[in-house]
Amino acid sequence: MDRALFPEGLERCSFGKFALWMGFITAFFLFGLYAMLLIFAKGIVVTGLDNYFGFGLWITFDLAVIALGAGAFFTGFLKYILKIDQLKNIINLTVIVGFICYSGAMLVLTMDIGQPIRAWFGYWHPNVHSMLTEVIFCITCYCLVLVIEFVPLVLEQKQLNKIPFLHHLAHNMHVNMALFAGIGAFLSTFHQGSLGGMYGVLIGRPYAFREGFFIWPWTFFLFVLSAVGCGPIFTVLCCTFMEKLTGRKLVDFKTKALMGKIAGTMLTVYIFFKILDTWAWANNYLPSVGMTFDQMFYGVIYGKWLMFTEIILCGVVPAIMLITPSIRNNPTLLYTAGILDCIGITLNRYLFTVQAIAIPLMPFDNWQFYAPNWAEWATSGMIVAYGFLVMSLSYRYLPVFPQEKMLNK
Amino acid sequence: MKAKEFNIKWGMVIDLDKCTGCGACMTACQVENNIAPMVDSSNKLRTLSWMLVFEMSNKKPCPDAEIAYLPRPCMQCGNPACVPVCPVVATDKNEEGGIVSQIYPRCIGCRYCMAACPYHARYFNWEDPIFPKGMEKALSPSTSTRPRGVVEKCNFCHTRLQNAKDKVRMEGGNPEALPDGAYMPACSEVCPTGAITFGDLKNPEHKVHELAKSENAFRLLEKLGLAPQVYYMSKREWVRKLGDNYAATGKPGAEKKHS
Ligand code: SF4
Ligand code: SF4
Repeated sequence: MDRALFPEGLERCSFGKFALWMGFITAFFLFGLYAMLLIFAKGIVVTGLDNYFGFGLWITFDLAVIALGAGAFFTGFLKYILKIDQLKNIINLTVIVGFICYSGAMLVLTMDIGQPIRAWFGYWHPNVHSMLTEVIFCITCYCLVLVIEFVPLVLEQKQLNKIPFLHHLAHNMHVNMALFAGIGAFLSTFHQGSLGGMYGVLIGRPYAFREGFFIWPWTFFLFVLSAVGCGPIFTVLCCTFMEKLTGRKLVDFKTKALMGKIAGTMLTVYIFFKILDTWAWANNYLPSVGMTFDQMFYGVIYGKWLMFTEIILCGVVPAIMLITPSIRNNPTLLYTAGILDCIGITLNRYLFTVQAIAIPLMPFDNWQFYAPNWAEWATSGMIVAYGFLVMSLSYRYLPVFPQEKMLNK
Repeated sequence: MKAKEFNIKWGMVIDLDKCTGCGACMTACQVENNIAPMVDSSNKLRTLSWMLVFEMSNKKPCPDAEIAYLPRPCMQCGNPACVPVCPVVATDKNEEGGIVSQIYPRCIGCRYCMAACPYHARYFNWEDPIFPKGMEKALSPSTSTRPRGVVEKCNFCHTRLQNAKDKVRMEGGNPEALPDGAYMPACSEVCPTGAITFGDLKNPEHKVHELAKSENAFRLLEKLGLAPQVYYMSKREWVRKLGDNYAATGKPGAEKKHS
């Protein structure tokens, strides 16, 4: 019944099936919405956070989706600025994934702050010395850039595109896309970095604190590198997941492998510096503040295995897999490497967020435990559901994948 | 980073050998600063206690087992971890005396400052303050209550500083040179053993000036470089060592190597 809205010459599942799918996702979304309204009404007392764990699942989730959403700016940069033309096959998807990640993260942030109605203070009374201020400004601006990048895709919808004005608008926006890609790359690099900087400046948290270059602690650069080391491959994973769901081929494997190569190269650079950084941190910085490497870890849930998983199993291993052509060109291995890569970066964000504040610094203090409760999971789930909804609608009605017709002949 | 210096430096020297862990300071603080009791305060990680007494132990079996108590206010750090991180300048160290302010109507409750403070001196208002019936009559008129969703912390009973200055002004004295004892936070005033000495660390006429220089004095986690304005002292070596995270040098209050 909505056939007239489908992208030119493409098949989609029946409306009934689609409605059922959307209903299923909406149920998760509504549950999260309920939790969100409860949080706005009663405050974050309904979460599992406390005075020791001011940051928890939400901040980890935010940092992780922002890193995973980095495919948008980096692919845009490679496509429009460095002119790697093959990436046009996947660029639309990176924009949508990026848009979902960033808008979702902003929504989580408004829930996370204790006084949501004061959220605008961040723009009105900025503290220019705070990395968080930089994050607030850059994420907002970059989210706008993503909207600008997303709009022409919406305007290219078959029926909308018949309207001459919208058609020309979309065309003109496309023509100027390099400019936006450039702005996006600039903004994105900075806030990815500032997110790392946020932790690196914490003089009172030896797990996170790093010296650095000028005003930027080393974590600034590590976060940028790690984001571009996982963002592109996350887009590939999203694409493959969509292919499995829809049963149609959406992007040719060559493009996917290219994205894998890009991510792998950046991941290799990242993991090299990450190992150096960790080494210097454990051997120079920690002793200088009277701490030892062992003091940074505890038991199982705060154990050293987390750091080794992050750096070796989910860092070095996928990096090697992705830069080795014979492994990268095998679909199963490419996706396995991609999954490991994304887990590794998420784990990194988790450790900087939760482990860093869990370590008892006053020697007479104790390790405390934090478990996110249902309200935090439900709202995070809501963002995932929101992503599924946006993605499903985009796939069904917008010409996201230029190769789809050719690949499914 | 260099610690921020002022002509006056309000600070404390807390004698841990005198502290019995009675908790009078905690109670006095709650009353002075209008901290509402929580409806359900079973989760101690959610209660508000600007002043909190920690227990320390030398972890030795009997008969060598020893205990000490450590009252922990906000250290009003010279190089505070919390101030530069706040995205909206809701906390600052910009007033003569060096007390780190907290501006409740400005705070958005992002809790970044809490993540930054290694002393856990900052507290979040999980709920709006509700005072049990009758208690509202006993509230301190000079301290504002705080709404849900903002962070708060010890400010060395800042209104007492204002009052002390006013009093000296009225008496024709110099409010920028308060005599020793003219300004005292509630905790130091109430402590039954006199463990908490308060004053201007830079003023030789104030007792804290000498005490802070004593060879038994140390600051918590000195090596992190936050330059607290609160000093502790103890004749017991294990207490001093424990305070500075078993600093590798073994010397309490040793110069930090890291900048
Ligand atoms: S003790 Fe904590 S809250 Fe107080 S000034 Fe130092 S860093 Fe800030
Ligand atoms: S919780 Fe308030 S005081 Fe603390 S950093 Fe955020 S806005 Fe600033």
